[in-house]
Amino acid sequence: MTDTPGRAAGLQTSATVLTVRQVRDYHALTLVAPAVAERFRPGQFVALAVGGADSARLVRRCLPVYEVKPDYGGTVEVVFDHRGSADPGTGWLVSRRARDRIDLIGPLGRPFRLPRDPVRCLLVGGGPGAAALFSLADTLRRRECTVHFLLGGPTAGAVFGAQSAQRIGDSATVVTEDGSLGEAGTVREALPAVIEKTGADVVYACGPTPLLRAVSAVATEFGLPSQVSVEEFLRQTAVCGTGLCMTCVLPMIDDDGVTRMVRACADGPVLRGDRVRWGDLGTIPFDALGAPRALGGAL
Amino acid sequence: MTDLTTRIGPLELANPIVTAAGCGGTGRELARFFELARLGAFTTASVMLQPRAGRPTPRAAETPSGMLTAMGLPGPGIDAFLERDLPWLAEQDVPVIVSVAGNSREEYAEVARRLNAVRTVAAVEVNLAAPNVEDRGRMFGRLPGPAAEVVRAVRTAVRRGVPVLAKLAPDVTDLVNVALACVDAGAEGLSLINTMTGLVIDPTTLRPALAGVSGGLSGPAIRPVALRCVYEVHAALPTVPIIGSGGVASGLDALEFVLAGASAVAVGTALFRDPTAAPRILRELEEALSDRRIGRLADAVGLAHRPPGRVPPQISPRRGAASPGRVSEPEEKLP
Repeated sequence: MTDTPGRAAGLQTSATVLTVRQVRDYHALTLVAPAVAERFRPGQFVALAVGGADSARLVRRCLPVYEVKPDYGGTVEVVFDHRGSADPGTGWLVSRRARDRIDLIGPLGRPFRLPRDPVRCLLVGGGPGAAALFSLADTLRRRECTVHFLLGGPTAGAVFGAQSAQRIGDSATVVTEDGSLGEAGTVREALPAVIEKTGADVVYACGPTPLLRAVSAVATEFGLPSQVSVEEFLRQTAVCGTGLCMTCVLPMIDDDGVTRMVRACADGPVLRGDRVRWGDLGTIPFDALGAPRALGGAL
Repeated sequence: MTDLTTRIGPLELANPIVTAAGCGGTGRELARFFELARLGAFTTASVMLQPRAGRPTPRAAETPSGMLTAMGLPGPGIDAFLERDLPWLAEQDVPVIVSVAGNSREEYAEVARRLNAVRTVAAVEVNLAAPNVEDRGRMFGRLPGPAAEVVRAVRTAVRRGVPVLAKLAPDVTDLVNVALACVDAGAEGLSLINTMTGLVIDPTTLRPALAGVSGGLSGPAIRPVALRCVYEVHAALPTVPIIGSGGVASGLDALEFVLAGASAVAVGTALFRDPTAAPRILRELEEALSDRRIGRLADAVGLAHRPPGRVPPQISPRRGAASPGRVSEPEEKLP
């Protein structure tokens, strides 16, 4: 009898490291994990145990998937930021070499919802999370959607995948705050013009929380649906990635209009941008289901 | 074949490995990784009367060999629990221990009373680490008096035949006294230990790392404390069954708890790193018992309390266990 019955075969696997490489300011780690590659859908993530089997580090690192490939039976490439990081966990990942083994759980979380019709899609990204947009772009193109990119960051080095976006996108706009790549400016400033120019029908985004907040707000102003992956929030708050620990919760408005605390890992990481209460992240809004009562309340 | 069955008062479990309250989600999340029927029992997160959002994020910080969490007892409330979560658990062919909590003694009792409506509750575990509003938010289990009052209220509310267990945290002056008070008040078993309070400060923000400021420390970092608690309480109350918990991550860890006096062992934080930890620990515990030629788990409970000379030293040091007294090679070659 194995620990993983058929229904979950391969969800947790000891993956073999193929390569670790630096991509601009980030690191990309490619792992051989056929069962994960086979089931992966764009927007999902993987949770890596760091430090080896006897490690004292118990928190899994939840990382976005850049791409899956059929090589070696199936590989998964994740992207993360270690530059300037005090986290010895990502330091351990950076120091992996080919043939090392990493305990991996995935694919996890809800993927990006895909349009039924061939529509015009705008994919907005920043930070290492932008990596999650490229497998989405492939899938959208196979569905004959038009795919436009808007990527941004503080500096050229912080923009992941600018060249890939130019190659595979119907258009690609890059903005940096210091003007070192593309136009000078922020994603928020550039977004309205890009939406108008591309005639986008839907906006997808992945990256830092302030970027997602801006994208959701602008998309809503234009009356467009937005699908955003709260990749950075997940990475910063999650312990397990599997929905057990309840540490990665954020306030979201449900279909019935009630705000509930939902798990970024299991209910996300892809969420409807217009439903997330971005201004209330890191709080329990007073009107959320189960929020603490006013002082002096009974029970 | 090792006999792994164990008893928590009137409750018989097929094996001693259970999940710790608040670490197994609703059960559905773990069931993606293994069949819950392989557990001795599944313990739910603490259920309260009303839905509860819990604490803001950040709720967790990684610490050496552990983690600090301030969750604030999030949960759907007893009504949603009975409607949505418990019926699903009841179909999994695993005994369900329902953890209950409250802001007052009356709330604990009311939650426990509502559980009588269903026949699928194997035991009720009273989480005495919930903050007592009438005691400036300090936990009920801090002192024998309030702990006993809550246990008595729950014992009165819960149907006869369903055991009531008291779960205690170690941050008290005299844990044995609190345990004794709970047993006097009707607890048929004890669950030891809950997390211990700790603090982490973020050197970037120069503020506490958790939104709740302090939090509960769990993981292997607290295992020696947990073992000491189980050992002391078992010494004082040898007939009271104990579910031991605190940083159990392997079969040998579980064995330590059994030897200290635990009849069952709860796996908590380990599930976050390794969701299949529980069946693995069970397999390792079975091997560890068999290596030591202990045919029945029940025979190992509290074995560490015997004087050194009387413990049969049957294990080779090569098999990785510390052995009190003399060490001799087993006569038969072990596989």
